[in-house]
Amino acid sequence: MDFTHTEDRTMLKDMVARFIADNYPLEDRNKAAEGSDGFSRDMWARFAELGLIGALFSEEDGGFGGAGFDINVLFEELGRGLVVEPFIASALLGGSVLAQLGNDDQKALITDVVAGSTLLALAHGEPDSYYDLAHVETTAMSDGDGFVLNGRKAVVLNGDSADYLVVTARAAGGTWDEDGISAFLVPAGTGGVEIRGYPTIDGQHAAEIVLDNVRLDASALLGESGKAYPAVEMAVARANVALVSEAIGLMEVCRDMTLEYLRTRKQFGVPIGKFQALQHRMATVLTEIEQARSAAINAAGRLDLPRAEREKAISSAKALAGRIGRLVSEEAIQMHGGIAMTWEYGLAHYAKRLIMIDHQFGDVDYHTARFVEFSRQAA
Amino acid sequence: MDLNYTEEELAFRDEVRAFLKSELPTSISDKVKTGKRLTKEDMDTWHAILNRRGWLAESWPVEHGGTGWNAVQQQIFDDETCAAGAPRIVPFGLKMLAPVLMKYGSQEQKDYYLPRILDGSDWWCQGYSEPGAGSDLASLKTKAVRGGDHYIVNGQKTWTTLGQYANKIFCLVRTSTEGKPQQGISFLLIDMDTPGITVRPIILLEGTHEVNEVFFDDVKVPVENLVGEENMGWTYAKYLLTHERTNIANVGANKVSLAHLKHIGRQQKVRGRPLIEDPVFSARLAQIEMELDAMATTNLRLLSSPDSVANAGPMSSMLKIKGTEIRQALNDLTRRALGPYAMPFVSEALDTGYNEEPIGPGYAAPVSQEYFNNRKITIYGGSNEIQRGIITKMMMGL
Repeated sequence: MDFTHTEDRTMLKDMVARFIADNYPLEDRNKAAEGSDGFSRDMWARFAELGLIGALFSEEDGGFGGAGFDINVLFEELGRGLVVEPFIASALLGGSVLAQLGNDDQKALITDVVAGSTLLALAHGEPDSYYDLAHVETTAMSDGDGFVLNGRKAVVLNGDSADYLVVTARAAGGTWDEDGISAFLVPAGTGGVEIRGYPTIDGQHAAEIVLDNVRLDASALLGESGKAYPAVEMAVARANVALVSEAIGLMEVCRDMTLEYLRTRKQFGVPIGKFQALQHRMATVLTEIEQARSAAINAAGRLDLPRAEREKAISSAKALAGRIGRLVSEEAIQMHGGIAMTWEYGLAHYAKRLIMIDHQFGDVDYHTARFVEFSRQAA
Repeated sequence: MDLNYTEEELAFRDEVRAFLKSELPTSISDKVKTGKRLTKEDMDTWHAILNRRGWLAESWPVEHGGTGWNAVQQQIFDDETCAAGAPRIVPFGLKMLAPVLMKYGSQEQKDYYLPRILDGSDWWCQGYSEPGAGSDLASLKTKAVRGGDHYIVNGQKTWTTLGQYANKIFCLVRTSTEGKPQQGISFLLIDMDTPGITVRPIILLEGTHEVNEVFFDDVKVPVENLVGEENMGWTYAKYLLTHERTNIANVGANKVSLAHLKHIGRQQKVRGRPLIEDPVFSARLAQIEMELDAMATTNLRLLSSPDSVANAGPMSSMLKIKGTEIRQALNDLTRRALGPYAMPFVSEALDTGYNEEPIGPGYAAPVSQEYFNNRKITIYGGSNEIQRGIITKMMMGL
């Protein structure tokens, strides 16, 4: 066991922290979030230039990292910066499925993804799937050499700016079967693909996607027909490591702002940090952040373990990040008082993102139940 | 970062397992595993076995007879000894007094006392709390007045754990009333056989004799029993808080407690099905397990961190809070898992030599008394409220 980061990762962390501190002020971030894509194309190109997208792919897939702790280190810093550029959608979700299932021709696209010139999104969740990853109603019917897709995809992260969608659809089996799900690489402009993009409350962008008799060549199929589920689960596991790590960065900002406020804000003639009621609440926040950090480390460090152990660690980390994220954002707002309610003060933007992380790929309750399920399988 | 054990760590774990298999008497581990009370002889026996192997002082430096183990080795040792049913080592001499002596004691004190802690010649107890000085420890009033080559000590200490077995007590005493309360406290080592000392048992809520009151009536203590300088005792007592970080969260014991709860959950039946399959119970169990898994990593992070001294104050307070909250949650859920069989309490059933048929399931007898007894853990060692104050004040720099 070793609880220190390698020199390479420490350098990555320092480099990203410096770049964000110097080039990513909150006002610019909010302006980009309100733009048509929900992020800055220019900033995305600069992140690519720094090698940050490549850090999320393994060397054999055309990157120079890709391990759990690469995701962990990078996303803590992206969280601190409240970064809205599509790292998760393009590199971790779309990119991971493509890297796992794609043939050499299809995987050639990863070079452009790493360069930032091509964007991917994973169109998997559906209006009725809630957080269940195996729930796929969208159909993929064979049609000569190709396929025809029909169905709807819900809250597809950055689905409105992607050049290619990685779309899942059912080739066989029932609605909740893990078996029988296929994945396809679909250019965004393909006939029958209707994309309705919109902003989310935490400054991201997502899309509702309707697939109406979308005709695809055989070459669009990623991997074997009906066998895409394990790759989707793994991609989502990687995205969850990113989310829990991002949450740590967000929590640290909320923590630092609140500590500073407790030190400097005076009421009744003293800094409010002198009041025991607030001291004790703050101590709980500080203690729980360390729990969330450890859970994120456990998830990152167990990403390569067999499925049940990996997914237990993922669910554990996501459940803790959800519970503690809510605690930190609610307490930070409450301890600040009215000022935290304003758009301008800034804290609220971090708090909103922290709360919405619980709505991506499973909340506290979902992951608690899932932890129980995988514990039973492991026993 | 790497969460996997190295080859060396796995080899160390095997070595610890082999040692426990051959050296830990089953007469003792059976008691620990079934929640029975240990005798003083049980505790002395295990202490001596560990000392013979050189594994008693896991956190001491090698020069004083410690193991020199790193954080991961200490955690492996903790996990394995707990899992095997080894008794907890009484910490007062080994973990509380010894670090203070190493740092602030005279050469004579180190040379005399440290070996006696290791070989079990001395059983130390702690004289900190007083009836009027609990969370506000610095308000303590037990007085030591210097006269020639000795102090005369008068006053009362309380909550003295296992003081009934001790032959020595380390005390915080007031040697001055000048300045702030913290500035007039000294750290004294006192022989329990000294005339004028009376020990009176306090019976705890579940009926056991674990703690005591200790009265001092004109007790004569040689001046060479003063540790460090007069009126500097508060600094020495606080040193412990920031430097004694080994296993403050009781990770190994918590893991055993969780495993035991799962065992009970599989035996207990609800409508013919194991309780562990009940959705509400299994969710509560999962929540505790997830917290414990994270805390174990927090513990290793703290112990492995090279700059941990700077963080030790808030981080060890955080671990104290989490470790005790998780333990209480486990005790609570274990008690509830028993249903009505949490109620019967035949105290003698927990003593050595009791041979009658248990009431209800065999694992039921100690559960409720452990739940009640462990209300203490969020109170002692600086209550969790005191810890919360420490954390925020340190982090705010106030």
